[in-house]
Amino acid sequence: MNIAQKTTKFLTIAVIALFTTVNFALNSNENNQGEEDGGKVNTKSEITAYIQHHLADSHDFSLFSYTSSEGERKHFGFPLPVIVWTSKGLVTFMSSAFHHNDDGHVIVEKGGLKFAKIHSKIYELDSNAATVSFDESHHATNAHKVLDFSITKSVFGILLASLLIFLGFTKLAKQYKTKAIPTGLGRALEPLVLYVRDEIARPNIGEKKYRKFMPYLLTVFFFIWILNLMGLTPFGFNVTGQIAITVCLALFTLVVYISNGTKDFWMHTLWMPGVPKLLRPILAVLELAGFLLIKPFSLLVRLFANITAGHSVVMGIAALMILLKTQFGTVGATGISFALTLFLTVIEILVAFLQAFIFTMLSALFIGMAVEEHEHH
Amino acid sequence: MDIFNDFSIGLFALQAVILIVLLVLLKKFAWKPILASLEERETGIEDALKSAENARKEMQNLTADNERLAKEARAERDAMMKEAREIRENMIAEAKEDAKEVTASLIEKAQASIAQEKQAALAEIKKNVADLSIGIAESVIKKELSNKKDQLDLVEGILKDVTLN
Amino acid sequence: MYNLIGAGLIVIGGGIGLGQIGGKAMEGIARQPEAAGKIQTAMIIIGALLEGLAFGALLLGK
Repeated sequence: MNIAQKTTKFLTIAVIALFTTVNFALNSNENNQGEEDGGKVNTKSEITAYIQHHLADSHDFSLFSYTSSEGERKHFGFPLPVIVWTSKGLVTFMSSAFHHNDDGHVIVEKGGLKFAKIHSKIYELDSNAATVSFDESHHATNAHKVLDFSITKSVFGILLASLLIFLGFTKLAKQYKTKAIPTGLGRALEPLVLYVRDEIARPNIGEKKYRKFMPYLLTVFFFIWILNLMGLTPFGFNVTGQIAITVCLALFTLVVYISNGTKDFWMHTLWMPGVPKLLRPILAVLELAGFLLIKPFSLLVRLFANITAGHSVVMGIAALMILLKTQFGTVGATGISFALTLFLTVIEILVAFLQAFIFTMLSALFIGMAVEEHEHH
Repeated sequence: MDIFNDFSIGLFALQAVILIVLLVLLKKFAWKPILASLEERETGIEDALKSAENARKEMQNLTADNERLAKEARAERDAMMKEAREIRENMIAEAKEDAKEVTASLIEKAQASIAQEKQAALAEIKKNVADLSIGIAESVIKKELSNKKDQLDLVEGILKDVTLN
Repeated sequence: MYNLIGAGLIVIGGGIGLGQIGGKAMEGIARQPEAAGKIQTAMIIIGALLEGLAFGALLLGK
């Protein structure tokens, strides 16, 4: 039984790793044609560009692309809606209008405005420009970024994860109405809820006050964890590796612990008792900087950097398949790459949980600091 | 890759909105019922354990009580039996005493009445003797003058009667 | 070039720090195996704080 379970686990991981490598293999099959047809990878710089492209958000959902027998580049996936706030108000169109171009060569005209997509960002061209012109450092000179509320791949990922979490836990909640011990999926989810409650919230916030923060901590924990895991699937989400997402999460934690700070907390932060009066303002500045800047910053940077680093390394190792082809042959290079990717994917699964745990744990710790009732000296 | 340039305000705003909506929805439909039922279950288990412990204690108390009661009952029985024995012995002793007393008094009474009767009989005999003496004396005196011999016969006859009496 | 040297220094510093945390935690667990859970949690928190510091420095040096 145990062995069977372990085998299943191993196979699942192996399949995930295989998909990652296959993804690369499909992308790197052909070696010709111009650069503007995105998705082909062969040289070192192309690999770097591909990894960076993956790490950035994208406006369409593509699983893989290949060149058909007629020499035409085919993309397998589906477009997502682009919603931008421009100088003329809200404009929407489907991202398929860009034909998977990502360097500003395809101009889309909509609502009397011209748009180009450069490195996953939508630019609005100046009214008199027909094409995008670049300066030496590859910055567009006659176009500017617009406020982009598109349903990008990340937003799609967030929605998907939210839906999964919502469905999973409402199901668990319903199960409690009819039975004392949940079955099926609920049996797997319940220990996680208990883990967050007993290992994260209770010890860090305290027995009296932890209840109030449970919904936030649970939501954040599962949100990050599910998104981290989704980042390991072949769909190639990189949601928690988007700085905007981690900034948002960290700001939520900041708002939660600042708005719940007790009188004691502010007293100790702004006018530390038991310290010479001359030092108190200095300490106040340090403490405020700690609570308002350093703590949220460390939260957001940690999650962002871990996930980004994880994705980069996994993709880099997968790219060994291409780089080592000349030395080890196709089979040898693929074998090495596969073994290493498998190993790293296992580590990444651990990291996915660890980062969700640490984010939630530190959030709970900071909340605990803010709501703590000090004994009066 | 310049991460600060990469920061997308749109993505940030969408994420914030989605997260708030998710928080509210989950809080209402998932976390509250889940945490409530978990807590309910835990308190239920705790209560069950506590009540089991209480029941165990009660059982112990009950058996202890039973033992104590049995002991008490035994002691009471013993005491009662002892008492009964004592009472019986007392009763017997008393009865003996009483009987002794009663017989003594009866004997006394009998002796007394015998003595009394004897006295009465003696008194009556005395009285009879006196009467007889007086009667004899009378008849002696009546006949004295007529015949000396008759007189003596008479006395003798009377005396014979008396002795017979 | 200089920021790469800086990054190297940060990684060395962070590595020493993490090594210290991990080593001391191991010692602590070896000494008191029953407190392993608590020590692990504390270790992860301290490690995370250190990690945040190192990442912050890496980003600022970029």
